Amino acid sequence: MKAVKITDKVYWVGAIDWNIRDFHGYSTKQGTTYNAFLILSEKPTLIDTVKKEFYPEMMARIQSVIDPKKIKIIISNHSEMDHSGALPETVAAIQPEEVYCSDMGHIDLTEQLYPNFDMKVVKTGDRIDVGGDTVSFVEARMLHWPDSMFSYLEKENILFTNDVFGMHYATGKLFDDENNEIDWLYEAEKYYANIVLPYSDIVLRFLDSVKKMGLSPKIIAPDHGFIWRKDPAKIIDLYAKWAAQAPNNKAVVVYDTMWGSTQKMAEYVADGLREGGTEVKLMSMHSCHRSDVVTELLDSSALVIGSPVLNSEIFPAMADVLCYLKGLKKKNLVGAAFGSYGWNPAPIKSLEEKLKAMKVEQVAPTVTSKFVPNADTLEACRQMGLTISQKIAEKLK
Amino acid sequence: MKYICEICGYTYDPAEGDATKDIAAGTKFEDLPADWVCPVCGVGKDQFKPAE
Repeated sequence: MKAVKITDKVYWVGAIDWNIRDFHGYSTKQGTTYNAFLILSEKPTLIDTVKKEFYPEMMARIQSVIDPKKIKIIISNHSEMDHSGALPETVAAIQPEEVYCSDMGHIDLTEQLYPNFDMKVVKTGDRIDVGGDTVSFVEARMLHWPDSMFSYLEKENILFTNDVFGMHYATGKLFDDENNEIDWLYEAEKYYANIVLPYSDIVLRFLDSVKKMGLSPKIIAPDHGFIWRKDPAKIIDLYAKWAAQAPNNKAVVVYDTMWGSTQKMAEYVADGLREGGTEVKLMSMHSCHRSDVVTELLDSSALVIGSPVLNSEIFPAMADVLCYLKGLKKKNLVGAAFGSYGWNPAPIKSLEEKLKAMKVEQVAPTVTSKFVPNADTLEACRQMGLTISQKIAEKLK
Repeated sequence: MKYICEICGYTYDPAEGDATKDIAAGTKFEDLPADWVCPVCGVGKDQFKPAE
C-alpha cells in the first residue's frame, strides 16, 4: 500500500472502502474512501485518520513515505468515527507531540473514543507552525457536525475540508482530473442531499465568509472521494447552487403499493406532471432507496407522496422515507398526497400532516381511493399532477 | 420558556442558563445578549424557536 503524492510536501494516506454499500442508512453503491493526509514538513503532520478497521491500510501508506513515528502533529478536522476511529491506535503507535481539534471536537472525540491522550483546542484564526509551513484553522460548525473544522496549509495553498466537498465514491484515481463528471456528479449530489442539505443556510454563509477571508485554495482535499486540484471552484459552485435550492421544473412522486392501486394512482399523478411539462421522477419504495429519493428531490420543486393503508397506518416503507426526508429539510417544495385504502382512509389524510411537518405547501386536494381506483379517481390524480405543474410554473416566473 | 435550536436541536432552558458563556441560571431567552450563539452548533438567536 503506497501513499499518493498530492504535492512534493503533501500525500494522501487514506483508505479505499470498495465494499461498503450501506453508510448508516445511506446507500453507497460506489463504495467510499476515507481520506487522511500527511504533510511532510519539518514537523510531519497527519490530518484526520480513517475508519477503525482501515488503520493498517493507512499506516502502510504512511510507512511508504516516512517512518510513522516521525509524525509530530495530528489534526482532527472531524470527529465522526469514519475519520477518528483509527485515532486512538494511531496516537498510541506514533506518540505525536500534539493532537489538535476544535472545541466541539474535544467534546465529541471524548464522548466517542474515551481517549487516553490530550487534545489541544484550536479556534478560527489560530495558526500552528508545522516547520516550514503553517496550518491555520477555520471552524465549520454544523458542516456537517458541531465539531467540523477546516485546516488550511498556507504555503502549499491546500484547504482540508473534512466531509464538506466530498462524496462516497471509491476510486483509485484520487484527483478530479482523473475522473469523469458523468461518473461522479450523481454521487456528489447524493452526498450533499444526504449529509449537507439541512445545513444549506450555513453553507451559504460559510462560503461567503471564506471568500471574505481571501482564501483561494489551489487544492481542496475533502475526507471522502477524490481531491480537487484541477478545478476546485467546480465543487464550490455546485455547493452554492445546491444550497440555494432555487425552483426547478421537476417533481418527485414517491409511493409504495400493496396490490397495485396506489401505484396506478402514482402513475396518473406522474403523467399529469409530465403533461404539464414538469420533469418527473416516479419512485416506488419497493425499488428505490431513501437516499436516492432525497437526491432526486435536491433539484426538485415538488414532492408528491402516496401510501396504501396497512392495519390503519400508512405503509411502513413510506413512514421510513418521510421520516428521513423530514430530517433533511429540503426547502421550497409544493406537494400533495394520495393513496388507496380498504376500509379506513384516515391514514391517507394523515399524510397532509406529514407534508405540513416537512414545510411542503399542499397545493392540491388529497385523493383517496377505496380499493382499486376507478376512472374518476385516476382523472383526479392526473389533475393533481397538472395542478402541481402549474404551481411550479408560477414559482418559476 | 424553553427555546430549541432549529439547526442542531439544542434546548435553551432558562432554569439552567448557559454555563459555557457565563449565562446565569434564570436568564430568559429574550434577555440573552444579541451576540449569544448556540453552545452546540454556533448559530445565532434567530435560529431558535419556542419549545412547544
